[in-house]
Amino acid sequence: MMSRTALDLWVGIFVAIGFAALVFLAMKVGNFSGLDGSATYRVEAPFDNIGGLKVRAPVKSSGVLVGRVASIRFDTEIYRAVVELEVDKRYAFPADTAASILTSGLLGEQYVGLEAGADVEMLKNGDRVLITQSAVVLEKLIGQFMFDRAADAPPAQ
Amino acid sequence: MNAILSALRHIGALTIDGIWRLGFITRFLFAVLMHSGQSLRRIHLTIRELYFSGVLSLLIIVVSGLFVGLVLGLQGYDILQRYGSADAVGVMVALSLLRELGPVIAGLLFASRAGSAITAEIGLMKATEQLKAMDMMAVNPIARVVAPRFWGGVLSMPLLAALFSAMGIFGGWLITVVVIGVDDGAFWSQMQAAVEFEYDVMNGVIKSAVFGAVVSLIAVFEGYDCQPTAEGVSRAITRTVVTSALAILAIDFVLTSFMFRG
Repeated sequence: MMSRTALDLWVGIFVAIGFAALVFLAMKVGNFSGLDGSATYRVEAPFDNIGGLKVRAPVKSSGVLVGRVASIRFDTEIYRAVVELEVDKRYAFPADTAASILTSGLLGEQYVGLEAGADVEMLKNGDRVLITQSAVVLEKLIGQFMFDRAADAPPAQ
Repeated sequence: MNAILSALRHIGALTIDGIWRLGFITRFLFAVLMHSGQSLRRIHLTIRELYFSGVLSLLIIVVSGLFVGLVLGLQGYDILQRYGSADAVGVMVALSLLRELGPVIAGLLFASRAGSAITAEIGLMKATEQLKAMDMMAVNPIARVVAPRFWGGVLSMPLLAALFSAMGIFGGWLITVVVIGVDDGAFWSQMQAAVEFEYDVMNGVIKSAVFGAVVSLIAVFEGYDCQPTAEGVSRAITRTVVTSALAILAIDFVLTSFMFRG
């Protein structure tokens, strides 16, 4: 017959502390309560250029985290990048919502910004965001700037 | 000429011996898994090992976790404040602990604290012919001695690593928020925005469970395989610590390249 021993007490304390540490990591350090598979819906957004956007990058609206990038693929039918966004069910967006790829800060990570439209229809699972704005590619910007300056400059004497 | 030949012979012998041991440790792993049923049925055996490898490692894990966190906080603050992003120190401390330092350092400490003790215990049992005596009494030493120690290590490692990470984050918070004066809200909110439960925390737990299995397997194997002399036991203990450390670092690289890419 088994009986309780002092050893069991210590092992119990050890297991309790270990799980308490895990719960601390999950709740206080991580964002466990955030997004789980069931409470999200997915929409697609085609972009001309995604720049340095990565899978799992944040999806924000007015700066608030509303979802994450689920996958990025290249669609050979439209020859554009198609980004799949996983948006929290709590946040419904009108069907004419615009998606743009933005950068947080000067050197920060890239994220997808959603700007709500005015349609009465809401985006549903599997819908496509039609109004998109690509990432700003710095080389293109500099090239354009140089080209403009060259055109503005007075002709050489 | 002779020296070259004998050097070649030595390398060849080492290689063959290494492969031989690799085969034996694989067979040993299967034997341990086959005889694990008893350590579940007679759970007090495993609980006892959980006490020896888990509870007795608590102090070293808590103290080293705290100090690693303190150092990470200091260094992270020093580097990040040059770029005006000292608030991100919480992210740096949390991610480096959860993904790498927690499982790896906890694994190394576990190998030297608990792994060496397991090897010494089993090695001494072998040297004093206790294992043979068990066999004579129709008690399988793998089921009675080895399997509970293996499972005790596998079960306690993830808890120890989680505790290490939690203590490290607490240490980082202590030095940067309380002592240096980084904003408390920014510390936690930036950390929460960057750390993903499924991605960062769970992968760390998986890593530490793998390290626990590897260290425990090496420890019980070296004890079981040692030469039954005083010198043989001491050599086996050294081998346990060295092999475990190398295995942890090498497996960590492989796991990281699978888990955290892209």
